[in-house]
Amino acid sequence: MSSRRSRSRQSGSSGISDDQIIDLVSKLQQLLPEIRNRRSDTVSAAKVLQETCNYIRSLHREVDDLSERLSELLANSDSAQAAVIRNLLMQQ
Amino acid sequence: MAPEDPVTVSPPPPPPPPTPSLKTKIARRFVKSLAEVWTSRKLATEGGVRKRARRIKIAAYSSMARAVGGSRRAWSRALLAKLQGRAKRRCHLRSQRCLGLKRKRAGSRNMVRNEVSGSDKLRRLVPGGKAMDLCNLLEETSHFVQCLATQVKVMQSIADRYSV
Repeated sequence: MSSRRSRSRQSGSSGISDDQIIDLVSKLQQLLPEIRNRRSDTVSAAKVLQETCNYIRSLHREVDDLSERLSELLANSDSAQAAVIRNLLMQQ
Repeated sequence: MAPEDPVTVSPPPPPPPPTPSLKTKIARRFVKSLAEVWTSRKLATEGGVRKRARRIKIAAYSSMARAVGGSRRAWSRALLAKLQGRAKRRCHLRSQRCLGLKRKRAGSRNMVRNEVSGSDKLRRLVPGGKAMDLCNLLEETSHFVQCLATQVKVMQSIADRYSV
């Protein structure tokens, strides 16, 4: 299903306007840390999608790492410390 | 005669509480689930690090999806459905390690460099993305990325605060 909708200037066949897509892509662009820092306005839609995929993957990796870290926090501390941490968590 | 009688005037209604921010909503739910994982006797063993880590990860994704109002977003609906389906399968198949939340680079053989392949990859990464049109996909992706980044920040603050 080849449909060059994002970049071409012709009106989309499915009724979605080009402007809408451009707006959404630029909204997405603002969320990406790398592109935001570069402050470049000439980032193509394909690049934004690519960076978004990379960003999502790196976020998943961070969730994995942080889950491991949080899990180890309990294992490493002795029981008294763990009890303190648990109480602190329950109070929040 | 003043209409306000100091004796009978009723106290003004308290101002409505400000809507909690996304970060607060996610933090509250995640901390609750985290506390459950940490106090669960089954998981509080020395060797249960891996198991606990997996539970924490699942708690992170489910609290993130619930914090936005589980069924309000297509991605949160799809994510919750995936987690619930996986929970049922996990009862039968203990060795199911491929959680699928971390996709390998399946599209590397696809050398076609246009937005279509880019959006295909994105569809695989965003929960429920396969069934959306491009417009909705971009919209859902923005929200999903925001929430996922917030979830990561919450987890980081907790880990930083409690690590010795």
